This record gives sequence, structure tokens and C-alpha cells, in this order.
Amino acid sequence: MATLNDYLLVSGLLFAMGLAGVVLRRNIIIVFMCLELMLSAANLSLVAFSRFNPAPNGLPDTNGQMLVFFVVTVAAAEVAVGLAIIVALYRARQTIHTDELTSLKG
Amino acid sequence: MNLAWILLFLPLAVAVANQLALKKTGLAPTLSVASALVTFVIAVLLLGENETSHFAWATVGEFSINIGIKLDQLSTGMMIVVTGVGLLVHIFSLAYMKDDAAKARYFTGLSLFMFSMTGIVLADNFIMTFIFWELVGLSSYLLIGHWYEKDTAANAAKKAFLCNRVGDFGFMVGILMLWGITGHLAFDHMQAGLELFQKANPAICGGVLSAAVLCIFCGAVGKSAQLPLHVWLPDAMEGPTPVSALIHAATMVAAGVYMLFRLQLTLGFANFEGLQASQVIAWTGGITSLVAALMATQQDDIKRVLAYSTLSQLGYMVMAVGLNSGEAAMFHLFTHAWFKALLFLGAGAIIYACHHEQDIWKMGGLLKKMPITGITFGIGTAALIAVPYVTSGFYSKEEILSAAYNHDKILFGIAVFVAFLTTFYMTRAFVVTFLGKTRSDQADHAHEVGPLMWLPLIILAGMAIGSAWITGPLCAIDPRTHAQEHAHGHFVILGLSITALVLGLISGFVLYTGKNQDPLSIPLLKNRFYIDGFYDNFIVRYFQDAFASLVAFFDELFIDGLMVGGLSRSAESVGNIFRRVQSGSLQGYAFFFGLGVILVIYFTAF
Repeated sequence: MATLNDYLLVSGLLFAMGLAGVVLRRNIIIVFMCLELMLSAANLSLVAFSRFNPAPNGLPDTNGQMLVFFVVTVAAAEVAVGLAIIVALYRARQTIHTDELTSLKG
Repeated sequence: MNLAWILLFLPLAVAVANQLALKKTGLAPTLSVASALVTFVIAVLLLGENETSHFAWATVGEFSINIGIKLDQLSTGMMIVVTGVGLLVHIFSLAYMKDDAAKARYFTGLSLFMFSMTGIVLADNFIMTFIFWELVGLSSYLLIGHWYEKDTAANAAKKAFLCNRVGDFGFMVGILMLWGITGHLAFDHMQAGLELFQKANPAICGGVLSAAVLCIFCGAVGKSAQLPLHVWLPDAMEGPTPVSALIHAATMVAAGVYMLFRLQLTLGFANFEGLQASQVIAWTGGITSLVAALMATQQDDIKRVLAYSTLSQLGYMVMAVGLNSGEAAMFHLFTHAWFKALLFLGAGAIIYACHHEQDIWKMGGLLKKMPITGITFGIGTAALIAVPYVTSGFYSKEEILSAAYNHDKILFGIAVFVAFLTTFYMTRAFVVTFLGKTRSDQADHAHEVGPLMWLPLIILAGMAIGSAWITGPLCAIDPRTHAQEHAHGHFVILGLSITALVLGLISGFVLYTGKNQDPLSIPLLKNRFYIDGFYDNFIVRYFQDAFASLVAFFDELFIDGLMVGGLSRSAESVGNIFRRVQSGSLQGYAFFFGLGVILVIYFTAF
């Protein structure tokens, strides 16, 4: 039987992978996928807490699961908007490589 | 009393209306002339009134600065001069400035001047005198620089303003000292305050009062163009000639004398008499009159001759005040204002007729071409050289000579010699300008000026002869009788002054009749004792320029370099540091964002 710590370890690994991808990868679609990975890591830890922290009646804590649903819906909306932005960006700049997107340089 | 307030503020209202609303309409000259006429009528109505009224202008605790009006024989008499000459000059200007493009500005300046001068004359305390004193300086600056496109006019205006400022600084210090001594600023209370001070500090009273009077005298030295600040007045002749007549001959330059006499009345003759300062004042006046008369003998510009003659006559007046005979000074001021305004306006008419030619050696024979101007100018000359018994100048000059005779024989000698010089240079100017044959095309084409110009000349000529008899209100200021003073040495004075007159006339006529160029050439006098050159080359170069470079150094190093420049440079360098944060690299932002989140978690959790 997996313990809470195992779940949290996997969640932390997922988050670290996501963060590393966001910081290191240059392709903006990959960056975007890594962002999703970080969200999933958060979802996993929420579900794990919910499972291992039951309410007095023995059922899992519904608060954590509610939060996960919200995160999933918001992430879906975010993906739609984010991909649209990437498509628009590509049309404007003919690139999705972050090294070449430096017009905010001061 | 309400009339007096109207008298004071009407010219200001007119100046404001002219400046703000009427500049484009062409109504400005008419309005100014109308206001001059109204103020003259009011001045006549107020003649001899004796009243004061004031309101608090600025109050700090117990102390308040008042704007007030003091009507007495002195101020109402002086107002007749100011508004009378002012009115005639306004009328003359209508014709003289007919073709000037900036007529409205000119008449606005005249009205502003009338306001300021009225303020000086009617002031009932020293602060108000000082405020209006500066205002006359300003309006004089504006009017001298009326033709500011000409460098000479712009420089002359600047010179006049700066010279006046030098004197005014002393004036301000003097006012404050006098305030410290007497505890009052209003003329009416000063004498009582002075007596209190005298009782409390009998030992130092004379010295301190002397110093205060000398400082105040500095103001008069600047405004009345006494040595050594006289240099601005001849240069001020760059302004339009009617301005020279009004401001630089009849009224503003006389303000110094007026103010000194007001001071004398305020402190009391007895208190004034023993002061060391009165000696200094008398000698300054005497030397100025001598030096200026010497310079006048070698000037070729008709206005400059008159300017130096004004200096010399002002020297007479200042000398009389210093000899504790302020009433003689005021009498001479009164008569001098009329005939000097006449001479200047006459010169203006000549210059106008000769198409702005001012060199007397290019005129000649003008008496036949311009008989009215010539005759009135002759009358003015006669009054200035004091032809006995028929001219006003004779009586007032006699007063001054007798004051000098009774107080100081050396000054009396100087004054008599100046009288001779005056006759000499005025004869020279008259002979060269009006007699003989014409010496240039401009003078050949000259003809008599229009009635707007000769009418003021004729009225002023009447005053040049008659003003001695209608000065009752002015000479009755001092209760002391003149007859007594006259009795002593009367014939000596009369004889000497007539001798001076005759000698001057003879030498003038003999030397200058029928000459085409100056038979005398004295470079020292022609170059005005090199005083202007000394100021330009020595004072300006070694003091002003040295000081200016010091100030410039300080300005560049501290103000520009450290304060203003330093602030901007430090803002720029801090900005340069922070702009590196704005790298433009997306991942960089994400990295710092993650770092930040980790730090926030660290600080909140542990």
C-alpha cells in the first residue's frame, strides 16, 4: 500500500520536471506542456491529501477533490487560450523559439 | 481724500487697460492723454490740502506696512509739476510718436510712469516710497528701451536700471536703519521716534543717524544721477525725447531731491543741520554740478548737452538740500522742471524736424525755419541761464546761491562758476543750433512742427517765465522767511551771478558765432573725464567679470554638476542597473518567478 509520502514524492518529481522544462526548454510548445505537467503535479498532491485525510464520516475530504476539478477546468480553458496565443505568435513572428522572442529586452 | 486715491490709481488702471485690452485698437494714446488731463485737474483741486489716509497692505503681528497718501503743501505742489509737465509731454508725444509702430506700448509706459511717480510723491511712509521708487526705475527702463531694436537703447536702459539698483540698495539699508532708530516708517511719526532715541542714546545718535541719512542719500544719488552714479542719465537720452523731458529732466530725476527734502522735513531741520551727512550731501551736489557743467561744454549731441545740464542743475538742488535749505532746492526743482521740459521738448521738435539728426554741428540757422520752436527754446535757455528778473530760473538760482553763500563760501564759489559754465554751454548750443547758416541737408529741409507740438512748447515757455510767481504753495513749506536771508549778502550774490551771466554770454557768442566746427577741443571734457571708460574697462572687467566668472564656476560645479546633474546622473545609473533585469528572455523570467515562489514558501513556512 502506497503511503502519502510516495504520492507526494511523485508529485514533487513531476513538479520539478515541469519547472525544469519551463526554465530550460526553448520550444514554447514544450514549455507549455511542462506548465501542464506542473499543474498535474499539484492535482496529484491535492488528491493524495484528500485520500489520506478523511472526513469524520470516513469518506475522503471533498474539498481537495473539488479544487482538483476546478484546476482541471481552468487548465482546459488555459490550454485553449494558450495554444491560440502560440498560433497567433507564430503567425506574427514565424517562430516559436523563445530565444528569438526578445522584444521586451530593456 | 477719495480724489487723491483716484489720482494715484487712475494712471495704473489706464496702463492696465492699455496693456491688456487696447493694444490693437489705437485707443491707447487717447486714453493715456485723457488720464493725464484728469490727474492734472485733480492735482489742481487738491492743491494745498493737508490730510493723510492709509490702509494696511501687509500685516505681520503688530507690524504693518501701509499704503498711504500724505497730502501737504510739498506733495500737492510737487503733484502740479508731475501732472502738469506730464500732461504737456503726453500731448507732445501724440505728435512726436505719431508714426511709431509701438505707440500703445509707449503710452502704456507713460501711464505706468505717472502712476509710479504719483506714488512717490504722495507716499506717507518710506516703504511705500521705496516700492514706487523701484516702479519708476522700471518704467524708466521700459521707456528708455522703447526702441529696443537699437543696441544703444537696450544697453542704455540696462545701464540706467543697474545704476539705479546700486543706489537703491543703499536706500533700502538706509530705510531699515531709520526704522531701527525711530521705530516708525511713516513720515508723521518719525520725528517723535527720533527724539526718544536721542534721549535714550545721546552719544551715538548723531553718528547712527548720519549713517542712515547717507544710506538713504545713496538712493537719491542713483535716481538723481549724482556723482559717481551719474553715468546712466546721458545714456538715457537714447529713449524718445518726450520721455527725456518728462522722466529724465523734470520729474523722476527730481524724485531724489524731493525724497531728500521729505527726509529733511521728517527728521526736522534742527536734527538735520548738525549731521556730518549733510556736508557729504552738499559736496556731492556741488561737485556733480561742476563736473557735469564742464562736460556739457564739449558735447555735440543736443540732447546730451541738455542731459549734462540737467545733471548740473540736480547737483545744485542736492547741494541746497545738503546746506539745509531744502526749500530753495524745491523751488529750483519746481522752476527747473518747466524750463528743462521746455528745452527737451524743443530739442525733440528740432530732432523731429531734422529727421532724427541730433548733432548740433549739422543744424544751424533753424531760428528762421522754426520760429516758434526757436523762440520758445530761447526762452527756456534764458530761464536756465537765469536772466535776471524776467525768468523763473533767476529767482530759484538766487535762492540756491544765497543758501550757499550763507553756509559755505567754497561751495558758493563753485556754484557761481557753474552758473558761468551754464550760460556758456547754453549759449553755445543756442548759437550753433539756431543761428548762422544751415550745415546739412536735413536741417535745410526742416520746417515748423505742428500745433500739437508747439502748443506744449508755448505753455511751457509761459511757465518758464511765470512759474516763479505761482510757486506760493511750494515755497511756503518752510516757515523761515527768505527775505532775512536775502538781505545778507544780497548784492554780492546778485552782482556775481550777473557777472557770470554776462561773461558766459560774451564768451559763448564770441567763440561760436559763425563757426562751422567747434573751435575748442578739450578731449578730457569731450570724453566725460573718462569716467564711463573707467567703469567699462575697470569696474566691469575686474569686478563684475571676475565676480561673474566666480559665480559661473560655482554654478557649473555645484548647481549644475552636483545638484541638478548629480540627481539626474544617479537616477540614470540606478536605471542602468535595473534594466539588466529586463532581459527579454522568457525562461529567465520564469526562473526568477520560480525562485521567488520558493523564497516566499521558505519565508512563510519556516
